Amino acid sequence: MSLTKRFLALLLVLGVLSLAGVAAAQTVVGVTATEIRIGNTNPYSGPASAYGTIGKAIGAYFKKVNDEGGINGRKINYITYDDQYSPPKTVEMVRKLVEQDQVAFIFQPLGTPPNSSIHKYMNEKKTPQLFVATGATKWNDPKNFPWTMGFQPNYQTEGKIYAAYILKNVPDAKVGILYQNDDYGKDYLKGFEDGLGDAAKKLIVMKQSYEVTDPTIDSQIVNLKNSGANVFFNITIPKFAVQAIKKSNDIGWKPLHFLNNVSSSLGTVLKPAGLEASRGLITALYMKEVTDPQWKNDKAYLDWVAWMKKYYPEGALDDQFNAYGYVVAILATHTLKQCGNDLSRENIMRQAASLKNVELPLLLPGIKINTSPTDFAPIEQEQLAKFDGERWALFGEMIEASKK
Amino acid sequence: MDIFIQQVVSGLATGGIYASLALALVMIYQATDVVNFAQGSMAMFSTYLCWSLLQAGLPYWVAFVATLVIAFAGGILIERVVIRPVENAPILSIVIVTIGLLVILVSVAGWIYSYIQKPFPSPFPNKPIKIGNIVFGAHDLGAIGITLVVLLLLFLFFRFTTLGLAMRAAAQNPTSSRLCGIRVGWMLALGWGLAATFGAVAGMIVAPVVFLDPNMMGGIQIYAFAAATVGGFTSPLGAVVGGFLVGVTENLVGTYVSFIGTELKMTVALAMIIIVLLVKPSGLFGRSSVRRV
Amino acid sequence: MADGGGATVKTVGLALVLAVACALPFAMSGFRVFQFTQVLIYAIAILGLNMLTGFNGQISLGHGAFYGIGAYTTAIMIDKWNIGYGWTIPVAAAVCLVVGFLFGRPALRLEGLYLALATFALALAVPQILKYFEHWTGGSQGIVLSKPKPPWGLPLNEDQWLYFVTLGVLIVLFILASNLLSGRTGRAIKAIRDNHIAAEAMGVNSALYKSVVFGVSAAYTGVAGALSGIAIAFVAPDTFDVFLSFTLLTGVVVGGLATISGAIFGALFVQFVPNWAQDISKAAPWAIFGIFLIVFMYVMPHGIAGFLRLLWIRMTRSAVMRGKAEGEVQ
Repeated sequence: MSLTKRFLALLLVLGVLSLAGVAAAQTVVGVTATEIRIGNTNPYSGPASAYGTIGKAIGAYFKKVNDEGGINGRKINYITYDDQYSPPKTVEMVRKLVEQDQVAFIFQPLGTPPNSSIHKYMNEKKTPQLFVATGATKWNDPKNFPWTMGFQPNYQTEGKIYAAYILKNVPDAKVGILYQNDDYGKDYLKGFEDGLGDAAKKLIVMKQSYEVTDPTIDSQIVNLKNSGANVFFNITIPKFAVQAIKKSNDIGWKPLHFLNNVSSSLGTVLKPAGLEASRGLITALYMKEVTDPQWKNDKAYLDWVAWMKKYYPEGALDDQFNAYGYVVAILATHTLKQCGNDLSRENIMRQAASLKNVELPLLLPGIKINTSPTDFAPIEQEQLAKFDGERWALFGEMIEASKK
Repeated sequence: MDIFIQQVVSGLATGGIYASLALALVMIYQATDVVNFAQGSMAMFSTYLCWSLLQAGLPYWVAFVATLVIAFAGGILIERVVIRPVENAPILSIVIVTIGLLVILVSVAGWIYSYIQKPFPSPFPNKPIKIGNIVFGAHDLGAIGITLVVLLLLFLFFRFTTLGLAMRAAAQNPTSSRLCGIRVGWMLALGWGLAATFGAVAGMIVAPVVFLDPNMMGGIQIYAFAAATVGGFTSPLGAVVGGFLVGVTENLVGTYVSFIGTELKMTVALAMIIIVLLVKPSGLFGRSSVRRV
Repeated sequence: MADGGGATVKTVGLALVLAVACALPFAMSGFRVFQFTQVLIYAIAILGLNMLTGFNGQISLGHGAFYGIGAYTTAIMIDKWNIGYGWTIPVAAAVCLVVGFLFGRPALRLEGLYLALATFALALAVPQILKYFEHWTGGSQGIVLSKPKPPWGLPLNEDQWLYFVTLGVLIVLFILASNLLSGRTGRAIKAIRDNHIAAEAMGVNSALYKSVVFGVSAAYTGVAGALSGIAIAFVAPDTFDVFLSFTLLTGVVVGGLATISGAIFGALFVQFVPNWAQDISKAAPWAIFGIFLIVFMYVMPHGIAGFLRLLWIRMTRSAVMRGKAEGEVQ
């Protein structure tokens, strides 16, 4: 063959190869040679809009990843839509992401009702519904829903942890419960009651609920005190947790007080309620609480602050949600890196289901993320902490939910 | 017995919150015949402005008064700029405009201040007050006090001042009022301005209890509607009494009627609305209007 | 001549719209078909509310409640008793008809503001009640359903099938509404709105008509709710909150009070404008929507349908005027 012919043949071969490469890249949905498209829905407006900062924090972290070169050479194209915490809107936005924007997967959709509404769809479309932002229990079901995976320790597990503590350490317990009348509150309640088992009927002396639209829960606290309860399981969001702690203190009710993890922020809850009034509160933690002075000089905390200042300056430094978004975005990045060059949906799911002893900054020391084809719950460990007037003092051993 | 009294006292405290916003709702309705769905968000926005002033270092009462002035001006501005173009449109169009306003205010507040809840200071001390076995907060008492003062001012204004009389006339019979030389347009604007001011007061006494966030007034506005309905949309006194009634009834039903318990508390407030509407639609203190055919 | 021409134009126009509506699902992706199915569902709900508020003058801030009751009727029947989704639609209509009538009867004495407040109360109570009867409704967790598959091996996918089912229901309901609201019944209904004292003096049984219209309007919105439950395949109590009622009312006013075609325009507005607002501004999308809404009310206080009608009158009037002038010259 002449030189020209050989050269042309080489060009031809290269052309075919690159075409094949492009074609191969294009058959992987949401992934090209230069980008990965990740979809997300969050409530940026409406009554749940306080959670919307998580979606923004995630975007800010992905920006950092892109600035540092992306994942295996690909930049992240993060597309997030407002679903207003309304399931019909979630369905619409997720369908838009999957069918129109052609994302590789849906990451951290927020809320139990929104996630419930897309649960079947994601699995029918064989698209990963990854690291969902809810504490509900039903996301760990790889047999029936192999494309859906949770992230945080679920609410029922936390409820069970408190129940176990009470059974072991408080022989004459009379339990009063305050809970929010929705899926979040009811889920905690169920875990707690299941954890108490047969003793539940005997030990629980009063349950009081409230709606998110109620201005105060003072009336409920008065009733709970009056029931003679000496243990208080407080399932409230930050706004009402402050009221609960304050009012109990004001009326002289000093039970053994379990505060749910959702409201464990020092800055947002304990300080406004009064640090002295909050002394003795018990909660279960899996993350370092960013307003807790014990982590002031912790390297992971300082890295987080630096990242906030550079990439998410309008985000609040005392908002634990911004730490949550940061951590879960790191996990996603880790998972994608683990995929190497195969970013097909099957492989993304496979890698997400093979996380071994992954440690993430801002998780409590000793917490390791593990998943397997039969275990779709990444974080299953929590540790109890008691507030000593200044910080959440961790005590006891790391509790493994899977051992329950 | 103690529990009963304590629940009544707590009910009065929450009732005071409802009453303060209900006053603003009634004010607007009396002055302009419009139900303003944006009243709560206007109150919320004024409170945020107060927060900004406090952050800038102003002492509390200075910021409080400054906010009242700003709210007053804002109310007038909104009426002249936003409501005036649809003044003569069907009433539903005006309702839609207030809904649009509601949505804009919440969205802008969220954009400027973010959605995370912020603590808001109370001018009253934090210590609880104990009388016998009954405990209540100094702030709760203070809130009730402020609401009653506002009510008194409103009453005096409408009853004994020429301006108040002119406003009432302009609302009830614009045509005749014009014939008497009353500037109806400016009366309406004034009505909005005053209502905005009362809303701001409501916001600033509510925020220390429920924390400041763009959606703060959502639930409260609902109860304020219940309060105004029970008391009568045409009577400021009714709005306040209605507020207290709703707050106390809620608590007592939640405590003593166990099958309703706390899970249907809002339904109770709503049942109150329905019952009052069926029995005496104009409310306990309202005047029923007679229509000429 | 001008009038006869108008009727022909109207029929041709309707036929055209229908043709486009039928062709739509084959020209668009599944997600878009889903969106347009939502539009059709909203249109039915908005027509229901318009019947009550626009044609009969009774303000309702509570139609979100009937939407929710319809959705839950369907969900419970499918989930608990395995009844086919098709049968649930008339049942949802019947349930809401009864509830609406029962609500409308005592509400007869209420007008304007007071009726608005009573319906407002209903809208707020329903989510709480739905959560309370957990055993039936699944409580806050809601009920998950399955999307229906096209029957008889039709060459349609699920989205297209649902679209056509909804379109079919919509056409039937629109024709029914059109018949109801024209002729004697329609005149009676509108008379009650315009001057109910005079209407009663003329022998219109105002009480009966008002309650029936309430019931029928609730039934329409209930059907929409049932269809939405089927289309989304999920129902949860907090979806049917007071904002849904506001949304429906917005659709009625933007589309055009007391118009049937207004329902479609209103539905398109309510479905797509919030999405556009989101595209325009990530930071404050609802501010954009609010501004849109307010400007709309300035420019078209009688809604889109009202605006189009005005345009039509202007155009045909000038034609008639020209015709007249020529006639006179001759």
